[in-house]
Order: sequence, then structure tokens, then C-alpha cells
Amino acid sequence: MNIIVCIKQIIDPEIPTEQFKLDPATKRQIRGGLSLVISAYDQNALEVALQLKEKVGGKITVLSLGAPEAQGALKSAMGMGVDAGVLVSDPPLLESDEFSVAHILAKAIQKLALPDLVLTGCVSGDTGHKVVGPLLAEELSLPCLTFVSRIEAGNGKVVARKLMEDGYERVEAPLPLVATIVSDDSNVPRYSKLKDIMAAAKKSVPFWKTADLGLDPARVGTGAARVQLCDVIVPKQESKCEFVTGDTAEEQAERLALRLRELKVI
Amino acid sequence: MTDTLVLVDGSGNVPSRNTLELLGVARRLADASQDMVEAVVLEETPSGLAEALGAYGADVVLTAHHPLLGSHPTEACIAALQQVMAHEKGEVLLLADDYAGREVAPRLAHRLDGVVVTEVVALETEGGSLTFRRQLYGGRCLASLVPQRRPVIATVKLRSQEPAVEQPGRTAAVREIPVALDRSRIRAKVVERVVEEVRGVKLENARVIVSGGRGLKGPEPFQELEVLAQFLKGAVGASRAATDAGWVPVSRQVGQTGKTVSPDLYIAVGISGAIQHLAGMNSAKTIVAINTDPDAPIFKVAHLGVVGDFKAVLPPFLRKCKELT
Repeated sequence: MNIIVCIKQIIDPEIPTEQFKLDPATKRQIRGGLSLVISAYDQNALEVALQLKEKVGGKITVLSLGAPEAQGALKSAMGMGVDAGVLVSDPPLLESDEFSVAHILAKAIQKLALPDLVLTGCVSGDTGHKVVGPLLAEELSLPCLTFVSRIEAGNGKVVARKLMEDGYERVEAPLPLVATIVSDDSNVPRYSKLKDIMAAAKKSVPFWKTADLGLDPARVGTGAARVQLCDVIVPKQESKCEFVTGDTAEEQAERLALRLRELKVI
Repeated sequence: MTDTLVLVDGSGNVPSRNTLELLGVARRLADASQDMVEAVVLEETPSGLAEALGAYGADVVLTAHHPLLGSHPTEACIAALQQVMAHEKGEVLLLADDYAGREVAPRLAHRLDGVVVTEVVALETEGGSLTFRRQLYGGRCLASLVPQRRPVIATVKLRSQEPAVEQPGRTAAVREIPVALDRSRIRAKVVERVVEEVRGVKLENARVIVSGGRGLKGPEPFQELEVLAQFLKGAVGASRAATDAGWVPVSRQVGQTGKTVSPDLYIAVGISGAIQHLAGMNSAKTIVAINTDPDAPIFKVAHLGVVGDFKAVLPPFLRKCKELT
């Protein structure tokens, strides 16, 4: 089974508030010296791909659109057991909106040859957007299953567990398709073995540019953005937490209850 | 400006809570720009829902009936909405940011060569231009976005809007829009639907939520949270760490990929306060955090904090609550 996993390298989203800074001109987060990680749900997607490969065999390629340092993320994925990686990296492509990102990824996927399965995280770890997967499916004219926690594959189709508000659905769909992955106790990302990390470090990751994909410049980059970002406000973070004191846990507990009663919350 | 279309749903002829929130924001927008609210009902056979919507602010109700819409398969809904939007020359369509809406909205926007904006928390109109506000970076900031083209397909964050108030006797014109749907285009088939049993209050409607995280170290302590939640007439939630560990079902998860909640009281027990968790509960009126780590990020958003072990804190807390109420 051929699988392509689309991942994104982002600034670690769990940094303390004081370290979160926006560039007033671009209105995007400033990296500074903050560490970069693979977006969390993309990691779950990699794990799902690896488990499928273990079960049914095949090849996994990891694909990303990003700055040159995203190569590190691809190597990291290869250290988990992914077979190959491709990075689309070209300055005009940076700051592409989700429609453009999906278009670029689709072109790259078509260049790699359409796989059986395209996986990506259900939510982008920095923007919080949940649209690239579905847009990618539209670009590739494929079915799309979102918020999938588990996939079983065989006989040219998948049975996937899709989250719903009050539980989940088991959904059957024909391959090829796009699935966006949500975390679950069945897809906790594995730790890489040292030998795999070292082997990955030796592999090369091709960099593809706009011309390599035959992209129309009008469909990518800042100029193609369908939404204008007018204003971004970072609310002032004043810690207004009232710490409930007490010599014992019992005292704290009782004071908490009293305070909530006082505030008419209970 | 332009009329606002709203995709609605309900149970029989009772509009859902999500629908009331959508109609609320659509009505306020329409009043500001002197345009109309058009509710869109997709169903297999008439349920009476269409007739109920005038009372909640719809001016016009557009209905599409088709056998393939019965279970609202995503691909059928997208195709039906595409035809409704073309028929009405719709420019703005609002959907709830639920699992279905998240699948439909981007794909519909792509087919209409339009714009998709998701998890909208505010919508404003000024001189014909529409501004949407949504959180970015897990809730660390609020962005104002202006779409550069039409149509705009927007999903509205659940529990972020005041629901429409009923105006008994108010009616709307109901119009049927014929849609053609192709069974062969519906490629995903639901084989089984598993509803996770919920005793008592549903998480997304609960006024009180007691939530557990990594600090609980296992599934058993959730029983204690259950007892407390029951007493406070609330529901039990969980962080991603707890659901990823398999301690509680995923449907209990509060956060970016779980439920968005807006209770009056949110008690976070053993939850560190990861950004993706805060994104799901930071609008709670009163947030109480109980954690052994005084530096846990949850204390930055909590109103009341107890630095301590929940095992020692919760039992006397419950006892005192019982005494006081």
C-alpha cells in the first residue's frame, strides 16, 4: 500500500505565554529561538501510516511544504520508519493560504504518483485550521474522511473510525482517499530507534520548487490569498488566579467550596 | 450587503441548539445590514422543521428534499448545498462548526471557488464588507479576517453565539429547491454508528464540568470526578492526555479536537493546561484548577486555583459543597 503523509513543521505551540510574539508587519508568530516540532496530529497520521505499513506492507512517503529547516521534520519522520521524504520549499510559496497549500501539495502528490492513501493531521497545530485535508481531497478529486482515529485497509477499501459528537462511526470507503487523523489511544506516535534516526540522517530529501511542480504563480503565495488578515490582537495576559490557601488540603478544599458559594457559582 | 444563508438542523420539528446559535448571529447580521436570513433545510422528507424556523428569525426557509439526504451523508450535503447556493446566487453561508460542518465547509468552498473561514466567533458588517473573527494559535490571539471574494462559507464556533430567541407567531416563507443527487458520488458509507453512553448531562450542554487530565494517572480516579459532577449536576470531561491514554472515551475530550464547552463552572483536575485544551474551554465563566504544579499553565487562565493533590482535595471539597448547598 502506498501512503503519502502530509506534515507541517511548526513552532512548538506549548510555549509559555510570555514567549509568544507576533510580527506586527506579517501578523505571524516570530520564531526567535523557539523550537520547531511536527504538528501533533500530523504525528498521529505518521503513526497510523506506520501501523498500516506493518500490517499490509508498502511504502510511506512524507511530504511537506515549508522553509528549508522543515527538512529536519522530514528526517524525523524517516527516523520513525517512513521510507522517503520530499520537501517543497521556495520563498514565493511561503505564506500561502490553505487553498494554495492544498493546491501545492496536490501538485506534489501528482508528481510523486497518486498513492492509495493520503493522510494528514485533522487540525493544524498552529493556525488551528481544519481545512487542508478536505481541500486536498477536492484538488485530487478523492473522497475525504475527517477526524479518523483508526484505519483498517484491504481489498481496495478502508474501514475507518470517524469521530462524531456523541461517539463514532465506522465508515467504509474505496481507495484512493484522503483521511485526516485525530489522536486516539491506538495511534500514540512511537519513539524512533537510534539506528533508524541514524539511517534517516544519511538519506537525502529532495527540495522541490515552484518550477518543479509547474505551479501557476497566481495560485500560490501571498497574492493568491482569499482572505485578508486585517488585525491580530493578543489579549493581555493578566493572571487573575486567586490561589486558595490552607495549611492542609482539607482547609484548601473547604475554602474553595466557600469561595464558590460566595461567588454564587455553586 | 447580501442575505445570509444558514444550514440548519433539528430533531423532528425542533431546531437544534447549534441552529439557534447560527440563527442568532445571522439575525443580528441581517438586522445590521437590512438583509434577510435564509435558513436551508436538507432532509429526506418534510419534518416540520422548516415551518418552525420563522419563529427563530428566519425570513425565508429553503428546503431540499431527496432520498439520499436521509442520513445526511457529507457528499450528498455538499452537492445539495452547491445547487442551493447556485440557485440562490448565495454569497454567505453559515454552518455550525461540528464534525459535519468541518467536512462540508471547505469542500463546498472549493467547489464554489470561494472562501472558507472556520471557527468564527464574531461576524460584523460595515458598508458592505464582512469581517470575521476567529482565534489563532490555539486561542492565544484573535484575528480579524476579510474575505477577498465570494461566496464565503463560514463555520461558527459552537457556544460562541447568543442563540436566537423565540418570537411565537413569527413566520417565514418556505420554498422548495429541487436538487439532483447521484448515488455513485456518495463514496463513503456508514457501516456502524456507535453512540457512547452518557449518563446525565451531555458535555456540550453542561453548566458544570469536572475535567480530568494526566495528573489523574489512570482511569479509576475518574469515578471520583463522576461523583462530584453528578452532585453538581454536571458532566465529566477530559484532556487529550487522558483520552489518548485510553482512560476515558474520546467523546469526553474537551479541546481543539474534542468538544468546545462554555459552562458556568469548569473544574480542571490534574490538567496542565495545554493550549489545545484551553482552546476548548477558555470561555467558561469560572475556571477552577487543582494541580500539584504551581507553574502549570492552567493557573494562567483559572479564576481560582488550588495547588495540591486532587486525591486529598476532592473528597473534603465535595463534603463541604454538600454541607453548603
